[in-house]
Amino acid sequence: MSAASSQTAPAVIDTSATPTLKHDHGTVPVQTRSERFKSYDPEAFPAVTGREVEWKFTPVDRIRHFFTGELDGSRYPFEQQIDGAAVIEWIDRDDSRIGRAGIPEEPASANAWASFQEALLVTVTGEAVRLHLDRNQLGDTPRAAHTVIHAEENSRGIVLLENSGPAQLDENVEIILDPGAQLTVVTVHEWDDDALHVASHFARLGHGASLKHVAVSLGGSLVRVNPSVHLASEGSEIEAFGVYFADAGQHLEHQVFINHDAPHTRSRVTYKGALQGTDARSVWIGDVLIQQTATGTDSYEENRNLLLTDGTRSDSVPNLEIETGDIAGAGHASASGRFDDEQLFYLESRGIPEEEARRLVVRGFLSDIIQKIGSPELEQRLEDAIELELRGEGASK
Amino acid sequence: MAVLEIKDLHVSVQTDQGALPILRGVDLRVASGETHAIMGPNGSGKSTLAYTIAGHPKYHVESGSITLDGQDVLAMTTDERARAGLFLAMQYPVEIPGVTVTNFLRTAKTAIDGEAPAIRGWTKEVRESMEKLRMDSSFAQRNVNEGFSGGEKKRHEILQLELLKPQFAILDETDSGLDVDALRVVADGVNRVKENTGLGVMLITHYTRILRYIRPDFVHVFVDGRIAEEGGPELADRLEDEGYDRFVHAANVS
Ligand SMILES: Nc1ncnc2c1ncn2[C@@H]1O[C@H](COP(=O)(O)OP(=O)(O)OP(=O)(O)O)[C@@H](O)[C@H]1O
Ligand SMILES: [Mg+2]
Repeated sequence: MSAASSQTAPAVIDTSATPTLKHDHGTVPVQTRSERFKSYDPEAFPAVTGREVEWKFTPVDRIRHFFTGELDGSRYPFEQQIDGAAVIEWIDRDDSRIGRAGIPEEPASANAWASFQEALLVTVTGEAVRLHLDRNQLGDTPRAAHTVIHAEENSRGIVLLENSGPAQLDENVEIILDPGAQLTVVTVHEWDDDALHVASHFARLGHGASLKHVAVSLGGSLVRVNPSVHLASEGSEIEAFGVYFADAGQHLEHQVFINHDAPHTRSRVTYKGALQGTDARSVWIGDVLIQQTATGTDSYEENRNLLLTDGTRSDSVPNLEIETGDIAGAGHASASGRFDDEQLFYLESRGIPEEEARRLVVRGFLSDIIQKIGSPELEQRLEDAIELELRGEGASK
Repeated sequence: MAVLEIKDLHVSVQTDQGALPILRGVDLRVASGETHAIMGPNGSGKSTLAYTIAGHPKYHVESGSITLDGQDVLAMTTDERARAGLFLAMQYPVEIPGVTVTNFLRTAKTAIDGEAPAIRGWTKEVRESMEKLRMDSSFAQRNVNEGFSGGEKKRHEILQLELLKPQFAILDETDSGLDVDALRVVADGVNRVKENTGLGVMLITHYTRILRYIRPDFVHVFVDGRIAEEGGPELADRLEDEGYDRFVHAANVS
């Protein structure tokens, strides 16, 4: 068992609870996250070399088309199911409700922004909304998509974005929470095994708003989902969860950026993944920026990876930048490791065969994230999907 | 009646400096219904013996044999040994995040029996056994050993013993870290299983206190990787008074 490797964290190392003050630190990052170049115009970005900090773990040649190529930005088919007070509608690209949550920070995002013709607007107004949006017929043509999810003041609900079937999708998703809104957004990726998907999620939270964002990535050749969350008003709160299962040849990437930009904001980021099979790859980058404005902030981010076989590789990079001395807490943990043999032995010593013991441990490892979703049907379905992945019959096989 | 028999067992562990011998010729025969206490100084190899019987991959058998009713235990995988009727209550039970006690117990029971237990009867059996071991019902929904106190972990081991009904159990310091009441509860549990199933027991311990509750038929003194002396229950009392000095000295000389 030696071919598996972990770029930044040799097996199971925890670095936790020691905030690194940016100005105290000897090696200040060349460019802090807040200074990263932003533009709606794909031409404004230099050509991607694959050496950039945000691309260096990505096999960029597989998605070059998304940077500069032509993308079909027309409406696409989807299925919907709405319980409670919410509306789904197509809006024009010059509608003023677009562009309120963030600006692209890389050319794939900018190209999608430049290419979509209409955006899908989801407006949540009620207090017990359950909205389900299913995309399963996107086809093989490279596409651009734009989605705006807007939770009005004090609204509450859960929005499930489920994705399966073929796809060559380059997209942006804006998530806007008005003051007091409490929203859960779950994005599930169970694409066909040759699908490509690059997504930027931009969330902006109002006063006292609370967002739970969950990314579940199981199927697809390359899936890269980057949620950026702007905690722009006092008392806003994000819980960002992710769970992924990469098998042979799959590249699953999540770059999370939490921007604390107001007093008493709180963030919790927990991503967990399992990797199995030759060239199963995962990348997690967790950037947390605590700005001078963000006094009394409380933040913690964590990524854990379980390397189930040889030939897998997971990169896990937590970054914490703190610009104020007055914080309530900031910490991070990152660990990538193999199976705990003692856990396996314990289960086997109770008569449970090795294969089943492995499945039990992995399911246990991932299920605490799944259980946070808040939709029993989806939770059950995802548990089953992970079970299939473990048996080697998953979505992307 | 079943017999667990260990003959001239030599076991080593792999270290950076090469194979390190730990067990140096262990002979032991345990029959159904018998209780054998195994006592001996720290580091003498008691847990090594327990883990080797259970099939922990860390321990390498150099020579000797372990048989269960004539069947070659060493040829079996760990899970096969458990299904053949061996059970190890561990000195340090392992935490399994995300796996609830309920799920774990049902999975283990299904594996041991070869079929899922009837749900009604099983739920009742688990509940009753937990009550007898004074385990709060909330433990059923907690993750295996996660955040359990030392004593709670030990009770959870005995819960498994009672539910899985093995032929032979090795209890590795199950009494360590138990308060007086818990010791009683755990000992009652072991005695209950013995009575109901004719369990054979290897009881590894440092203290004679538990031997007042679980009466041993034989006491073995384990020193430097082998059994240095054997006797009846009275040997335990002598050890308590005199310590291991006499044996340690003898072992070093030989
Ligand atoms: N990986 C290892 N490297 C070096 N020595 C080891 C290793 N594993 C076990 N040992 C040694 O084997 C010896 C026997 O250990 P074991 O745990 O079996 O003792 P024990 O009798 O159960 O002790 P205790 O009463 O403290 O539980 C000890 O000296 C221990 O240090
Ligand atoms: Mg021991």
